[in-house]
Amino acid sequence: MVNFSTFGNELYTGKRSYDFVGYKKVWFLVAGIAVALSILIPIFKGGFNLGIEFRGGSEFTVSNVQSTEASRGEKAVQEVVPGAVPRVANVAGNTMRIQTDKLSDDETLQIKQGLTKAYGVTDNEVTSTFVGPTWGADVTKQALIGLAIFVGLAAVLMALYFRTWKMSLSAIVGMAVTMFITAGVYGLSDFEVTPSAIIGFLTVLSYSLYDTVVVFDKIRENTADIQASTRRTFAEEVNLAINQTLVRSINTMVVAILPVGAILFIGAGLLGAGTLRDLSLALFVGILVGTAATIFIAAPLYAALRQGEPDLVKQAKRVEQRRADAAAKTAAQESAATA
Amino acid sequence: MARTGPKKSAIRMLVWLGVLIAAMTAVLAGGTMAGQASWTPKLALDLEGGTQMILAPKVEGGSGITEDQLNQAVAIIRQRVDGSGVAEAEISTQSGRNVVVSLPGTPAKETRALIQASADMNFRPVIQTGAGAAVPAESRTPEDKLPKPTAAPANSSDENWITPEIYKQFEALDCVNPSQDKQQRSDPAKPLVTCEPATATSPAIKYILGPVEVKGSNIKSSSFQLQRGAQGAVTNEWAVNIQFDDEGTAKFKEVTERLYQFYSAAGGQSGSDPKAQFAIVLDDQVISAPRSLAVITDGRPQITGGFTEESAKALSDQLRFGALPISFEIQSEQQISATLGGEQLRMGMLAGLIGLLLVVIYSLFQYRALGFVTVASLVIAGVITFLAIAILGWTENYRLSLAGVAGLIVAIGQTADSFIVYFERIRDELREGRGLVSAVENGWKRAKRTILASKAVNLLAAVVLFFVAVGNVRGFAFTLGLTAIADLIVVFMFTHPTLQLLARTKFFGEGHRFSGLDPKRLGAVPLYRGAGRLRTPDDKPVAVVRAKNTGAAAEAERRMTIAERRLAEKQEQAQQEQLAGTSKSTSKEGK
Repeated sequence: MVNFSTFGNELYTGKRSYDFVGYKKVWFLVAGIAVALSILIPIFKGGFNLGIEFRGGSEFTVSNVQSTEASRGEKAVQEVVPGAVPRVANVAGNTMRIQTDKLSDDETLQIKQGLTKAYGVTDNEVTSTFVGPTWGADVTKQALIGLAIFVGLAAVLMALYFRTWKMSLSAIVGMAVTMFITAGVYGLSDFEVTPSAIIGFLTVLSYSLYDTVVVFDKIRENTADIQASTRRTFAEEVNLAINQTLVRSINTMVVAILPVGAILFIGAGLLGAGTLRDLSLALFVGILVGTAATIFIAAPLYAALRQGEPDLVKQAKRVEQRRADAAAKTAAQESAATA
Repeated sequence: MARTGPKKSAIRMLVWLGVLIAAMTAVLAGGTMAGQASWTPKLALDLEGGTQMILAPKVEGGSGITEDQLNQAVAIIRQRVDGSGVAEAEISTQSGRNVVVSLPGTPAKETRALIQASADMNFRPVIQTGAGAAVPAESRTPEDKLPKPTAAPANSSDENWITPEIYKQFEALDCVNPSQDKQQRSDPAKPLVTCEPATATSPAIKYILGPVEVKGSNIKSSSFQLQRGAQGAVTNEWAVNIQFDDEGTAKFKEVTERLYQFYSAAGGQSGSDPKAQFAIVLDDQVISAPRSLAVITDGRPQITGGFTEESAKALSDQLRFGALPISFEIQSEQQISATLGGEQLRMGMLAGLIGLLLVVIYSLFQYRALGFVTVASLVIAGVITFLAIAILGWTENYRLSLAGVAGLIVAIGQTADSFIVYFERIRDELREGRGLVSAVENGWKRAKRTILASKAVNLLAAVVLFFVAVGNVRGFAFTLGLTAIADLIVVFMFTHPTLQLLARTKFFGEGHRFSGLDPKRLGAVPLYRGAGRLRTPDDKPVAVVRAKNTGAAAEAERRMTIAERRLAEKQEQAQQEQLAGTSKSTSKEGK
C-alpha cells in the first residue's frame, strides 16, 4: 500500500500534485456521460426493480406450519411460476410469509394449493393477500419532500458559511451527480428498491455534502486572501486545496466504506435481502461516488464558476505577469552569465 | 479558559466528560431501579417482534369504501400513533381493503383504542342519564319494576327504547372504573348504553342513548374559537363550531327541533330534561353531550360551555377526524416473532463489529499509536450513544429498529472522519515544522471549524429526515442525528483533550516512529523551517494583508511555503513550456 505519510506530505508540499482542476472538462464529460447512462439504463431496463412495498404484490401467510424451511415455499411458488424469486420469511413461531410479484387469479390459487402441501397445513391456514403500494408511495413522497427541504436548507447553510453561493451551487451539483449515479447503479444491479434503499440514498446525499464541506473549507482557507497574492491563480489554489485534502478524502472514504462494506458482504452473503443489505448497497456506491464527485466535480466546478470573475481574472494576469517577469529575469541572468 | 494552560483545560474537559457519562449512567440506573427503564435499548417491531393488526373498515349503510377514504384513514391513524411517541408504527393499506398496523411490542390498551377510535363517530339523542358509578346490586330496580316499552318507539328520543335488558345494563354499568374489555361495536339502529369518562372538570356520566341520528360523516368541518358575545365582542369562553353537509343540516334541524321542545318544556333550566341533550359518540363513548338550546336550521351548531382552549381543540379534532365515514374492526391480530429480527440483529451486530475492527486496523496502519486514540474515541462515542438510546427508550419510547442499527454502523465511519480531519490538520502543522504541542493547538483551531460545519450538514439531514419522513426512515434519521451529537461531544471532550495531554508525553512529543506524528516521516525536517520561509526573489510576500483576513491569510501564506516554492519553480517551468506550446500550468512529477 502507498505510504500515506510520505504521499500526504508530497501532496501537501506540492511536490506531488494531481491536476484536478486543469482537466475539469474531462471530468465533467465523464460525469455527464455517467449521469446520462444512469438515466438511460433504468429506462432501457424497464425501470427499477421495485420492492413489494412499491409495486404491490401478492403475499401468502401460512399458519401452523410443520416446518419453517424457506425452500419449501420457494419451490411451491417456482413450480407455478418458473423463475420467480419469492421472498419467504418466518414471521412468527410457525407462520411463514411468502411474497411474490403480482399474480393472476389462477396462479394465486395454484400457489395456495402448493403451499398447503409444502407446509403440511389445511387449506384455511393459507391466506393470500395483495399488498397495495400505499406504504412505498408514502415513503417515496415523504422522502422527496425531505430531500427538497434538505437540499434547500443545506444550500442556504453552505452559502452562509462559505459566504458565496457559488460554493453552495457547486456542492449541490456534486451531490446531484452522486445522486444520479448511485440511482443508476441501483438500476443496473438487480437490487430491489425498498424503503430501506431510499433511506440509504438519503444518507448518501448527506454524506456527499458533508465530504464537500470538508474540502471546501480547505479551499476557502487557501483562497481567503487570493486578491493580495500573486503566487498562484485561483484555480491553482483550488487544485492545491484538493491535493492537500486528498489523503483526508481517501482515509475518510475508506473508513466510511469499511463498516458499510462489512454490512453489504456479510449481510448479502448470510442474510439475503433485507433492510441491512438494501441500505448498504446504496451507501457503498454513494460513498465512493460522493467522494469522487467532490474531488472531480464540485471543486473544479467551483473553480470554473469563479475563474471568470473580473477580480480573479485580473489576479490571474498579475500571477502570469509575475511569472513572466521572473522568467525574463532568469533568462536575463542566464544570458548575462553566458555573456 | 484562555488564562489557563492547555493541559489544565484538557484535564478539566476530560473530567467533565466523566461527569457527563456518570450522570447519564446515574439517570439510567435510577430509571432501571425505579423499574421503568432498562439497561438495554428498546427494540422496534422488526427486531423485537410485535403486534400486527389487520383492520377491516366497516362502512355504515353498506356503501363501498374508496381508495381515497382508506388512505385518509391511514393518514389519520398514522398521525395519532406517531403522535403518541417515537415508536415506529407502520401503517399501510392492503389490497385496498384493509389497514395493517404494525406496532412494536404489545400495544397498550390506549394505543389500541386510539387506532380503532379513528372513525366511528355519530350523534345520538340522550334518553336517560345517570351518575357514573354502578348502582349497587342491592338497590337496583327489582325485576317487576323495570321500565317496559308500552309501544313501538316513535322517534330516537322515545323512552320506549328502554327495554328491561337495556335498563339492567344501564344500572350495572360502571363508568368510574370502566372495564377494559372491548364490546362489540354498537348497532347504529339500536339504543346504546355507554359512558362519558370523567375529565378534569366533570365526573363520569352514564347514558342511555337512542339510535344514531346524524352520522359523523355528515360533518363537513369543525373548528374552535373564542366565543363571541351578543355584541360581537370576544369573550373568554371557548366554543367548538361544527358545519354539517346538506344531509347533516337537514337531519340536525329535525333533531334539534325535537330536542329543543324538551328543552323549552323543561323551562330552559339547567337541570332540564336529559332528552334535550344530544350525545357526540366516538367509538361508542360519549365525548360530549351538549344541550340543544335552539333549533339549528343552517347546519352550523356551536358547542359552548366550560371549554378550555385545549379541550375545545381536542373536541374539534375528534369531530374532524371522526367525520370519516369509516369505522374499523380488528380483523386479525398477530404477534410477530423476533426470530427473523433477531437473526438480522445478530448479523447486523456482527457486520458492525467486523466493520469496527477494519476501521481500527486501518487507523492503526495510517495513524500508528494515534489510531488507539481513534479507537478509544469510538468506544466512548459508542458508550454515550448507547446510554442516550437507552435513556430515550425510557423517556421518549424510542425504539431501535434495524434501520437504526444500520445508522449506528454507518456512524462508525462518519465519527472516525472527525478524527481523520483533526489528525490530518495536526500533521499539516507538523509539516510546517511546528512542535507537537503547538501543532495540536493550531490543528485543532482549524479542524474545529471544519468539523462543526460538516457535522452541521449531518445534523441538518438527520433533523429534516426525522421531521419529514415516515416510519423506518425516522428511526434511522434519529440514530444518525444522535451519533452526530455524540461525535461532537467526543471530539471536543475526549479526542482533543487527550491529544493535548499526549502531545506532552515523550513518545508522542518527540515524534516516535510509531506515534503517527513523526515529523521526519511527515517531511518536516527542522532545517526546512527556515528554508521554507525563503521567498524566491520575485515572489513578493503579501503586500497588503487586510486586517479582517490577517489571521487566516497570513496563516495560509505561511503554512504553504514549501508547497509554494516547489510550485513556483514548476510553474515557471510550465510557463516556459507554455511559451513553447504546451498548456499545463502544473505537471505531475514522477518519482
